[in-house]
Amino acid sequence: MNDRHKRMWQMDIGPEQPDRRRFLRGSLALGALPLLGGCSISDEPIVEKALLQVSRFNDRVQAWLFDPEQLAPTYPESMITRPFPFNAYYSLDKVPQVDGERFRLQVGGRVADQRPWSLAELRTLPQTDQVTRLICVEGWSAIGKWGGVRFSDFLERIGADLEAQYVGFRCADGYYTSIDMPTALHPQTLLTLTFDGQVLPARYGFPLKLRMPTKLGYKNPKHVEALFVTNTYPGGYWEDRGYNWFGGS
Amino acid sequence: MNAQPVMANKAAGDVPPVHPLWLRLTHWLNALAVVLMVMSGWRIYNASPLFDFRFPDEITLGGWLAGAILWHFAAMWLLVVNGLLYLSINTATGRLGRRFFPLSPRGFAADLKAAFHGRLSHADPRRYNTVQRAAYLFVILDLVLLVLSGLVLWKSVQFPLLRELMGGYETARYVHFFTMAALVGFVVIHVAMALLVPRSLLHMIRGR
Repeated sequence: MNDRHKRMWQMDIGPEQPDRRRFLRGSLALGALPLLGGCSISDEPIVEKALLQVSRFNDRVQAWLFDPEQLAPTYPESMITRPFPFNAYYSLDKVPQVDGERFRLQVGGRVADQRPWSLAELRTLPQTDQVTRLICVEGWSAIGKWGGVRFSDFLERIGADLEAQYVGFRCADGYYTSIDMPTALHPQTLLTLTFDGQVLPARYGFPLKLRMPTKLGYKNPKHVEALFVTNTYPGGYWEDRGYNWFGGS
Repeated sequence: MNAQPVMANKAAGDVPPVHPLWLRLTHWLNALAVVLMVMSGWRIYNASPLFDFRFPDEITLGGWLAGAILWHFAAMWLLVVNGLLYLSINTATGRLGRRFFPLSPRGFAADLKAAFHGRLSHADPRRYNTVQRAAYLFVILDLVLLVLSGLVLWKSVQFPLLRELMGGYETARYVHFFTMAALVGFVVIHVAMALLVPRSLLHMIRGR
């Protein structure tokens, strides 16, 4: 692990923490969403609105560029980044501790079979694993090995409406995000139960993390406790704060 | 050489401008796109620096990472569409061939020497000296590489061939950084030269 990764490990509790505080302060003061606080040109609501419209346009461009057959590169296990960086919008000591015994994955929305899933039940489904590169919106990347259920298998099993537009996720740490259906059905999109061959550790998202090597890190929710299929845009924690929604790689 | 400016004064309408309108427009739009891209890019760099330094926040654009990314991924359209327009018109009109070639190493060395002695001729603004030709061609190629490496950073999965040509995602970050550094280096020299020969600045604004 080089120094850069070490620094990330220690200080990264979300994309540019000091600025995020400024953003939060700004939003409290103005009661609005000054995403671009700190620069006088971009504080203009009209500029902000235009930039967000381009971001929506970029969502469509990315959906168009997305090739459901195109696989992300995979790597030998010797290339796994050790230790793998922890990254969340909070520090390591705030990681939620979920009781695996009592945990049930809630399934809702446009889904035929809405019965909740225990971890034991999820472990009985066919498992697969892959070593892929996680690319963070901040620019850094790290290689990890995730294992679990192919998400397309899971969606089929629960009778999800595969023609719907979005799959949304709610997490035990208050995080939430959503993805497009083509990415949900991508062969490398996994509902993961393990990291590096071990039960998913809390810091990497116990009990469940959705892993997509075709999307940036913030699109890969950890501590997933509920998912729903919908045609109503669900947004996301960082997406609602200005990050691009598609967030594809 | 003396006759030309007089002629230009007498019948300004008949003499074609030093730089055609399309060139002046694409030049200034490109300048705007480059400023937006570089300033927002520095902010993005600061989120995860490749080296042991950060760019001062005051000279960056966007306020925080998400804002910088919004700017960067909006200005990229201006940079690319305008750049393609410039390259197409420049090629189609034959201006690229006329203005930038021939480009001989010997001519370059001679003109560079003359430039350092302050003896480089700017008598005919319609003719680029060899140093100019090399510098402008360099920055065109640099921008192409900058955009291509940026494409790998944005869509590393969707463009596998380009990703491998760049040496993978992590190497593409360095390519993106160094092509940015080369671009900024060019801009510094370019602006200094334009200020040394203010007439060239007027040509790029008014065409004459």
